[in-house]
Amino acid sequence: MNKIKKKKELNQIKKPTNILFNLVFIIISLICIIPFVFVFIISISSEASIAQNGYQFIPTELSTSAYEFLWNEKEVIVNAFGISALVTIAGTLLGVILTTALGYVLSRPQYKLKGFFTWVVFIPMIFNGGMVASYVVNANILNLKNTIWALILPLLVSSFNVVICKTFFKTTVPDSIIESAKIDGASQLNIFGKIVIPISKPVFATIGLFLTFAFWNDWFQSSLYITNSRLTSLQALLNNIQKNIEYLANNPSAGLSIQQYVNSMPTEGVRMAIAVVIVLPIACAYPFFQKYFVTGLTIGAVKG
Amino acid sequence: MQDKVKNVKDDVNKKVKTKRKKWHRDDTELTLLALPTLIWYLLFSFLPMFGVLIAFKRYQIFPGKSFLYNLIHSEWVGFDNFQYLIKSNSLFVLLRNTIGYNLVFILLGIVISVSLAIMISLIYSKRKSKAYQTAMFFPHFLSWVVVSYFVFSFLSYDKGILNSILEAFGKEPIQWYMEAKYWPLILLFMNLWKTVGYSTVVYLASITGIDPSLYEAAVVDGASKWEQVKSITLPSLKPIVIMMFILNAGRIFYSDFGLFYQVTRGVPASLYDVASTIDTYVYNALLTSPIGMTSAATVFQSVACCITILLANWIVKKIDDDYAII
Repeated sequence: MNKIKKKKELNQIKKPTNILFNLVFIIISLICIIPFVFVFIISISSEASIAQNGYQFIPTELSTSAYEFLWNEKEVIVNAFGISALVTIAGTLLGVILTTALGYVLSRPQYKLKGFFTWVVFIPMIFNGGMVASYVVNANILNLKNTIWALILPLLVSSFNVVICKTFFKTTVPDSIIESAKIDGASQLNIFGKIVIPISKPVFATIGLFLTFAFWNDWFQSSLYITNSRLTSLQALLNNIQKNIEYLANNPSAGLSIQQYVNSMPTEGVRMAIAVVIVLPIACAYPFFQKYFVTGLTIGAVKG
Repeated sequence: MQDKVKNVKDDVNKKVKTKRKKWHRDDTELTLLALPTLIWYLLFSFLPMFGVLIAFKRYQIFPGKSFLYNLIHSEWVGFDNFQYLIKSNSLFVLLRNTIGYNLVFILLGIVISVSLAIMISLIYSKRKSKAYQTAMFFPHFLSWVVVSYFVFSFLSYDKGILNSILEAFGKEPIQWYMEAKYWPLILLFMNLWKTVGYSTVVYLASITGIDPSLYEAAVVDGASKWEQVKSITLPSLKPIVIMMFILNAGRIFYSDFGLFYQVTRGVPASLYDVASTIDTYVYNALLTSPIGMTSAATVFQSVACCITILLANWIVKKIDDDYAII
């Protein structure tokens, strides 16, 4: 026993190397975290100190005015937060059901249409109609423009996720359980709902988290399909503010004087505060869910 | 004993298989279970595939008619839209940027992430290693819109911290969003910033899965740590590296739209040469230009990508069948 331990110590890197590696990772970690900290500091700096000294890590004066502003504009912010939350929850639930159902069906070895469905999942992985065709279909044929469905439906299923589910069910759900349930007269829907789902929690967590972050972070669908301000999500709100600033900066003759332009825009602190409101839930939650993202990809890597 | 059980199982399976040639109640139930997802695929994946027809038509809008009517009654123009796209001169810049950035991103991404994964696996303290991983994973969970605000806090002309630092050293401040020459580096940095943590953790998961007895045997043979990395760790990582490579190579004609569009704040004219890709071009053209030419660009993109992924997979298959993903 002692010998093994000694060997292990021998097999470690040298102390100076260890210190060097730690140093490298401390620097990288800081680079990854600091921008968020910085944006947070800007959001609690007073307007006067930003105007005078620019953005600073140690502001000369603190202020909660940006958050007070957001609080006073509750209607816009709460509405946007509500849209983001609604899209995230509805999208994740629907997406998980659609993805796992097909994944389960594909994992049944004796299913007659397995070949057909495998192609249905496989073809989109290597070929797609492209952004323009998708836009035209969603906007003109399915009439999704300015509906909440435009934010949910197009992102529900991805072939990659279906393959993860299929591989998971194939490797972890024993055939014998399903066969015996069938002998007891259970329908496949019952088997899926009452047997497969309870024993497959990890894959549901993985797919669910993939989708949660995809929906929460989406601004692209909004920018294509949503012009109605009632349907603006938090990300879209941030994106719209940004776009308006660009537009006015590029078109100085848009009918506003510089002063009006400055007044019409949320202050820098407020913009950074919105970014903080978006990131904070993620920053608090992701350390607990991180592992599912890794298992998801490693399951997906197994050839099924 | 176990073998016997297995044999019996196989027999049963065979029997079931031979028995089940006809359509079974099971098949009906499974089809019903898969039906909603099938409908989704038809509407959102396969219907757009027919949308590629737009690229071969001079799309016309007949007032009061539906989109399908317009599409069917528009005139066929063959490859005119594609020729127009090629003649417009923008294609060269778009292709160069899209493919060039992707190549650098893929290669540097793999080299850096694999190195970091190996380094992090060698650190003594497992708790510290966990903490670093969590910190490095953070950018993966942010949207590019939010990240563009992060970047702005550093690069803003009058308020950004970089210009404050430059001024503190007595240098002239820089109009970051106007100067094209800095952007290849900024875009590369931001891409790595957002993706390296995630891929590092993925590679690390593979490293921790390596059989420890291999290393023990190497120690007995007197191999140094560096030799162990070279002849045990790196070869074990080969399958996952190849898989990541094929997946990324398959998207070489697509750019990370958010990176190029949001971080540059909408690809201003001054940065067009260094930051415009096929996707930013299509996005900007989607609502303004004739739809045929834009569509031609995306069809080109889809077809080129389809060919690349099959080609990459074919090459990998030639080298070693086990590593191919298809």
